[in-house]
Amino acid sequence: MDIHEYQAKKILSDFGVKIPTGGIVYSPENAENKAREIGGSKWVVKAQVHSGARGKAGGIIICNSPLEVADATDKLLGKKLITNQTGPEGKIINRIYIEEATDIKHELYLGLVFDRSSESIMVVASTEGGMSVEEISKEKPETIIRSKIEVAVGIQQFQAREIAFGLGIESKLISRAANTIIGCYKAFSELDATMVEVNPLVVSHQDEILALDCKMSFDNNAMFRRDEIAELRDKTQENSNEVYASDRGMNYVSLDGNIGNIINGAGLAMASMDMIKLAGGEPANFLDVGGGATPEKIVKAFKLISMDTKVKVILVNIFAGINRCDWVAEGIVQALSKIEIKHPLVIRLAGTNVEKGNEILKKSNINYIEASTLEDAANKAVKALG
Amino acid sequence: MSIIIHKNTKILVQGFTGKIGSFHAEEMIKYGSNVVGGVTPGKGGMTHLNLPVFNTVKEAVDQTGASTSILFVPPAFAADSAMEAADAGIKTCVAITDGIPSHDMVKIKRYMRRYPKDKKMGLVGPNCAGIISPGKSMLGIMPGHIYKEGKIGIVSRSGTLGYEAAQQLKDLEIGVSTSVGIGGDPINGSSFRDIIEKFENDDETIAVLMIGEIGGPQEVEAGQFAKENMSKPVIAYIAGLTAPKGRVMGHAGAIVSAYGESAIEKVELLKECGVTISTNPSVMGETVKKVLVENNLN
Repeated sequence: MDIHEYQAKKILSDFGVKIPTGGIVYSPENAENKAREIGGSKWVVKAQVHSGARGKAGGIIICNSPLEVADATDKLLGKKLITNQTGPEGKIINRIYIEEATDIKHELYLGLVFDRSSESIMVVASTEGGMSVEEISKEKPETIIRSKIEVAVGIQQFQAREIAFGLGIESKLISRAANTIIGCYKAFSELDATMVEVNPLVVSHQDEILALDCKMSFDNNAMFRRDEIAELRDKTQENSNEVYASDRGMNYVSLDGNIGNIINGAGLAMASMDMIKLAGGEPANFLDVGGGATPEKIVKAFKLISMDTKVKVILVNIFAGINRCDWVAEGIVQALSKIEIKHPLVIRLAGTNVEKGNEILKKSNINYIEASTLEDAANKAVKALG
Repeated sequence: MSIIIHKNTKILVQGFTGKIGSFHAEEMIKYGSNVVGGVTPGKGGMTHLNLPVFNTVKEAVDQTGASTSILFVPPAFAADSAMEAADAGIKTCVAITDGIPSHDMVKIKRYMRRYPKDKKMGLVGPNCAGIISPGKSMLGIMPGHIYKEGKIGIVSRSGTLGYEAAQQLKDLEIGVSTSVGIGGDPINGSSFRDIIEKFENDDETIAVLMIGEIGGPQEVEAGQFAKENMSKPVIAYIAGLTAPKGRVMGHAGAIVSAYGESAIEKVELLKECGVTISTNPSVMGETVKKVLVENNLN
């Protein structure tokens, strides 16, 4: 789960990371007042959307008066911001963060992630702040500092100091920088985060170490014990079909193609998408209804796919294990009695009681194309596009 | 021999009396697995499915001599249960539970490092289908009848894609020595490398089918291990050719975030390691068959 920049800043500041003075606003009028309240002579107006690269997309505007702040807010609010990470549909701007401008001396990069190889938490830092970590590893890999943290004892002062010295920070600022790094680590480990990124982390001309932009992501699996994080979710930043699916326990990712998929199991779902592509088609979605594929889940899955206007053909591929094919087939028949599907439907059942399952489908009055193997299913789905 | 579980492996079910635990314990017993009891804290002394229930894993191990456990405990308590098993002397624990937080998995793995190698528990999963040694024992939630007894080792992240492979092999009259689901989470108990090493050391297994997907370094690490240490052929299929970058594809671990984690990159890196690639998921069985013929193994 992703959160907004201003939310991440609030969290990190609670863990001792310094951030520029700022506030969230929802209207231009509000913005003007907020700018006066913050004070100073220069402000940064920042569109709050779940995406990086907002600056290049026009989502960050520097202003020299409270009136300019109001104008910039007016310009951004309610618009969709299209960045190189949002896709062509962009993301709606409903909140604006206003911040005092910072007098930047150096821009640094600081990130924390799980390292899947060593199964520990990894701090990644670089002197090349402002660039994405992908760009840094491509263009300036020699500047990257990595430090593995032993989770049983957590980050130590010396490790944070080593990173800070590695970033070339002046001696008098080392303990401030180290505390920033430790604060980020604590936020990561105490709140079930999967990513903390401060980019850039800046050293100001006033000798402050400030988190100028931050991103945090959290483990969806840990939301049962993180009410304070779960409530930060902003569904307006997510694809509406994906929200519908995730709220109903299904794993769904919207894609660009026109063959809708209903599959049980994440691996089989990815494999089916690959088969569609190999057969010359394009999947409209990834959908894993779960290993169980209960009739209730299948009803919800059909509802979800029928909400997607891109879909021209639907492919159902279920490998029934403990849940038998006859049971799954009944679920499909039941689902189709509740939802009208206008598109060609290809169904492939496999596994336990496959003959019985296919017989139930045949005897029902649903209009469908039967497929035997994964390959057969994909070919028939592509052919059905006409 | 098979790997990890055999005909007489004594099995405990953690989360025994719950709905899911009961259902799958019964399926395992029907298959012929040697389930000797279960653990549900607070229900010790009860009898469930004609088997004893214990309050603690330690007590269960003491009284039944169980070496192996399977975990159906809900996500919030699963890490605790896995560590309890490790401490009670369980040798292999399969965690079926889906949805264990990554921070908990890191904690479990760290906790298990306290034991010397010969006393350290092997954790398989979480978020997996479990293990089956066809005709001998089933320690999981798979449909046992799709696995034919034989000589191919299967290791898969995905449950249903592992079933697909077993079915394809069976249709070609090829059997399986053991099939292991390692699960779809980013931090897991056993890696592909851990399992293929066991297959290499197993007399019965003649070739290994590895079913991977996008995300993480484990498939390629296994490929490198195979290149340097394995005499048996390895065949691999990697799912997620069409998966967009930076999106989680169902499994928490199925996300491309670094070089070498996309399906295309993994396939290329595995080929360099001498692994035979099944180019699509419909020909996993045929590809295994081809490799067996080429190596005079059938």
